[in-house]
Amino acid sequence: MLKDFASRIREYKKESILTPLLMIGEVFMEVLIPALMAQVIDVGVSQGDIGYTVKMSIILVLCAFFSMFFGVMGAKTASVASSGFARNLRHDLYYKIEDFSFSNIDRFSTSSLITRLTTDVQNVQMAFQMVIRMFVRSPIMFIFAIIMVARNGGSLTFVYIVAIPVLAIGIFLMMSKAHPRFERAFKSYDGLNRVVGENLNGIRTVKAYVREDEETEKFDKAASEIYDNFVSAQKIMALSQPMMSSVMYLCILAVCFIGAHLINIGHMTTGQLMSIFTYNAQILMSLIMIGMFMVMVTIARASAERIMEVLETKPDMDINENGLKEVKDGSIEFEHVNFAYKKGSDVLEDINLKIDSGMMVGILGPTGSGKSTLISLIARLYDVESGSVRVGGVDVRKYNLKALRDEVSVVLQKNQLFTGSVKDNLRWGNKDATDEEIIKACKIAAADSFISTMKEGYDSHVEQGGTNFSGGQRQRLCIARALLKHPKILIMDDSTSAVDTATDSQIRAALRNDVKDLTKIIIAQRISSVQEADIIIMMNDGHIEDVGTHDELLARNKNYQGLYNTQVKAKEA
Amino acid sequence: MARFKAGNTRAKDPVKTFKRLFAMVFKEHKVVLAIVLVCIFLTAFATSYYSTFMEGLIDDYITPLIGDGTPDFTPLLNALIGFLCVIVVCQVIPQYIQQRIMIKVSQGAMLTMRKSMFRKLESLPISYFDTHQHGETMSRFSNDTDTLNQMMSQALVQVMSAIITIIFLFVTMLMNNVFLSVVVVFFIFLMFRVTGVVASKSGKYFAVQQRDLANVNGFVEEMINGQKVIKVFTHEEESKKDFDSFNDRLNESMSKANTYSNAMGPVSANMSNLQYVSLVLIGSLITILTPSYSVGALAAFLLLSRSLSNSVSQIAQQSNSILLALAGAERIFELLDEESEVDNGYVTLVNAKIESGEIVESRERTGLWAWKHPHTDGSGTTYVPLKGDIVMEHVDFGYVPEKTVLHDISLYAKPGQKIAFVGATGAGKTTITNLLNRFYDIQDGKIRFDGININKIKKADLRHSLGMILQDTNLFTGTIRENIRFGRLDATDEEIENAAKLANAHDFIMRMPNGYDTMITNNGEGLSQGQRQLLSIARAAVADPPVMVMDEATSSIDTHTEALVQAGMDRIMENRTVFVIAHRLSTVRNSNAIMVLDHGKIIERGDHDDLIAQKGTYYRLYTGAFELE
Repeated sequence: MLKDFASRIREYKKESILTPLLMIGEVFMEVLIPALMAQVIDVGVSQGDIGYTVKMSIILVLCAFFSMFFGVMGAKTASVASSGFARNLRHDLYYKIEDFSFSNIDRFSTSSLITRLTTDVQNVQMAFQMVIRMFVRSPIMFIFAIIMVARNGGSLTFVYIVAIPVLAIGIFLMMSKAHPRFERAFKSYDGLNRVVGENLNGIRTVKAYVREDEETEKFDKAASEIYDNFVSAQKIMALSQPMMSSVMYLCILAVCFIGAHLINIGHMTTGQLMSIFTYNAQILMSLIMIGMFMVMVTIARASAERIMEVLETKPDMDINENGLKEVKDGSIEFEHVNFAYKKGSDVLEDINLKIDSGMMVGILGPTGSGKSTLISLIARLYDVESGSVRVGGVDVRKYNLKALRDEVSVVLQKNQLFTGSVKDNLRWGNKDATDEEIIKACKIAAADSFISTMKEGYDSHVEQGGTNFSGGQRQRLCIARALLKHPKILIMDDSTSAVDTATDSQIRAALRNDVKDLTKIIIAQRISSVQEADIIIMMNDGHIEDVGTHDELLARNKNYQGLYNTQVKAKEA
Repeated sequence: MARFKAGNTRAKDPVKTFKRLFAMVFKEHKVVLAIVLVCIFLTAFATSYYSTFMEGLIDDYITPLIGDGTPDFTPLLNALIGFLCVIVVCQVIPQYIQQRIMIKVSQGAMLTMRKSMFRKLESLPISYFDTHQHGETMSRFSNDTDTLNQMMSQALVQVMSAIITIIFLFVTMLMNNVFLSVVVVFFIFLMFRVTGVVASKSGKYFAVQQRDLANVNGFVEEMINGQKVIKVFTHEEESKKDFDSFNDRLNESMSKANTYSNAMGPVSANMSNLQYVSLVLIGSLITILTPSYSVGALAAFLLLSRSLSNSVSQIAQQSNSILLALAGAERIFELLDEESEVDNGYVTLVNAKIESGEIVESRERTGLWAWKHPHTDGSGTTYVPLKGDIVMEHVDFGYVPEKTVLHDISLYAKPGQKIAFVGATGAGKTTITNLLNRFYDIQDGKIRFDGININKIKKADLRHSLGMILQDTNLFTGTIRENIRFGRLDATDEEIENAAKLANAHDFIMRMPNGYDTMITNNGEGLSQGQRQLLSIARAAVADPPVMVMDEATSSIDTHTEALVQAGMDRIMENRTVFVIAHRLSTVRNSNAIMVLDHGKIIERGDHDDLIAQKGTYYRLYTGAFELE
């Protein structure tokens, strides 16, 4: 996993390598400066050697400048590297998701993909910055400081050889106890967010049924859970400072006592002893930092794994770059087609069907009968299990995928408009569409009538999800958008359910008369929507139950008669 | 191309917010906070004690032993043990006590903060929810509260102890050498100026970063939700290109914001190094010029100055996080300061029974309800039976005062009657449903419930007597049973099942893995639109109110479920006063009166046959000449 992540640093390699190097420089200065300071006091100030003092002071100023240079440069390279790394991660994730097939998308929930692209990337970015800054800084600080102690104190190093494992074990125990508690605490936010989210969305229901008190009770429970979890985790962390102070002061005592012996026998100066106090703090601080760092990385690991899961998913549909680019006509053939979303539970079984180019086809059937599945195979949104689907006489898998989808336009059941103007949205169908083309498509889709009454017409703003348009208006815009592709096949999956019957039949008449060559497939709940189609396909439980014209089906098909009686007759009565 | 407004990432009035926050926390925890203060004092004392002790230690115990052939280390050992005792009592123990207390104080403050925020939220009028983004309100409960927690549990204590330490150290320094102390003051001033510049740069880019982050998140959310549309239109390349431009902009502002905040540490650390060098030079000069100032004293001063600059840079580094937290606190207070829904209603709904021809209040559930109306003019209390008689007289309404949405609406519904509203999108149908239960208050005119002005009725009781079936069904995490019981808390399991049967929901519930105990998550993930509507009907059925307001759903459901929903709706409408925003002609046709709305006015009214005969707007709607929405 690490290797894979490292390969995504790409153009920020320079900064990612430079950062630890600069950090080494900074740490070196940070260790050197106290040593020089000790020297100034020992030699310069104590012995009144002004010349020496001035000389050392100049060196110290230079050191400070270097240290500042390394520090600030390191701050910059670390930021550039970590932000850039996050940018690349988001880029790779987004590109990967864009290349997902329908079945890939079905596997990940929308909200989980969004979390991976946002929160998870941020967690990994934080950890990455920690790695390039601290992972090098703390151990090196630790090593430098130990070396300096050894140089100045000699046998005093022994004190740390005892103290460090003690502190390390202490930190390890503390972290391993606190970590699962923190994890639980972070999890308990889900409960809180859920109650708040449900109340924000369902406030009308809550108020209509006067359930404020009960909801408040639920919230209090969730909030108290957070309180309990965090208090229990932080109680453990509260030990860290006293523990660190105790070890630090014990070390100092030992150093003083042993140091006094060493000074007594002339193995050490008082200045050296003073400088060890500084290194003492540096050694223990870097140990604490390494511990903190471990916790951060474990938290980020969960995020990294979730990101990897997306990056490692292979789009399970080959876009067939070198496939056929030309679709001859809008004829469609299904030959012994079987299909299943999940192995073993077939949604379509042995489908055989022939649709001529330019036909208008209606599809009827209850929920779950396989209507939407059937049409999704034509645009190769999914691949068949066995058998073959042919468009223009050629198996859909032989086409370049983009070429095929440009010729087979699908208006999905769950359709969506995007933030932007009406025109922006329509141009999804065809980037270069002229205003005339746009208006023509909208006229066929019966959308021009309401767009032209809007103050800003085709430049009117569309809010996210198209919420500022009514359901029927949205559906008509989506049909227009699909028409703008100038496809050979247009598939409408229950795309006029919110459109009134008169407009519905107006759209169908326009489709019939204005785009004669277009093969039109209409899935509907209403018989009136498919009544005048050239053929009507009755689907039931993954099979084609019957195919025929309205009159034929009315004469022979029981289910069709039943539908007709409940829908058409009831209205006339 | 700013897609989203950035929230204010900087506090407008940090001082005021801080005072208010402090007052809130202080009031609850006076005693323990006093203990914390004592602990901070002790640790600050320990820090400066440490510096002085070390100075004395070397001069008094170690230097004298140099060259001594038979050194006696006992005094040194005693001194060290004494030192350890002071440190344990003044630093280690107080540190622990103070941290333990602060955990409880800050987490406790979070808890009260969140609780009062939620209580406020539940009390707010519907207009708040209609005009505020949900995501933004949500982040006050999580992000804003969290930054606040960080500030209270860490930053605040650190800054306080740093300030006290600085005072201790500075007093010691003054006693040591006044002139050198002045030099130190000069450097502190300089340090604050420089770090202030860095901090304000980092703050500026941080605000830009937050905006860019919101843009990326917003874009991602919209595109991923519409991913299948993107695939169908082979729009992948365009969407990648758009994403790249948002992503690159975020990268730029993020790396700048981080650069400045990362640079803060090295800048302040090295300023303190420079200070040290200056002190060495000036100090040496002083020792030469004034023999009374010893080298040992200078060494001690230098040690003190190191500790002092540590504390100063601690304050500089924490100040940014404190300001951020205060910006969060300000947003929280903004929510807490929102105005709650006011309820001046005094007419309440009570159980009633009839005793010798008169309605009297009853303590038990009688199945008979009455409005208890204590008259303000002192003419005693009257009881009016709950029947469901609704009258609207010359009602005007607008969501904002300047823009009237409904004009002069007058209508009545006798108990058990059905009134249908039809009209084009934006005609004001949904608005009417907001008025009966006082989600919004009317601007002019009167609405009467059983002859009582609804302004006089306690909101909770008014809402109890009105059922609502909305277009979108909101389900809550919990079992199906709990979701239906939402309608009436004291409903028995049997009543719930009966309600589900009435609503035609029983069959599909029984087909679910755990029947009525099946858990619903994520607002009913996995349930079809039709099933959700059936549950919403069952919920209303269990509440059993005399008046119902229904907004029929437009979404398409298959014919079978549609028939179930229709039958369920019809059954629940029986014997109730019903206001329905109709999308189905069958519902409209069965109504006692149909109100045709256009631009907030009733332009036609009457029953189906009347309106068809009029050949007006309704006729055109009915014959499908334009949309029924």
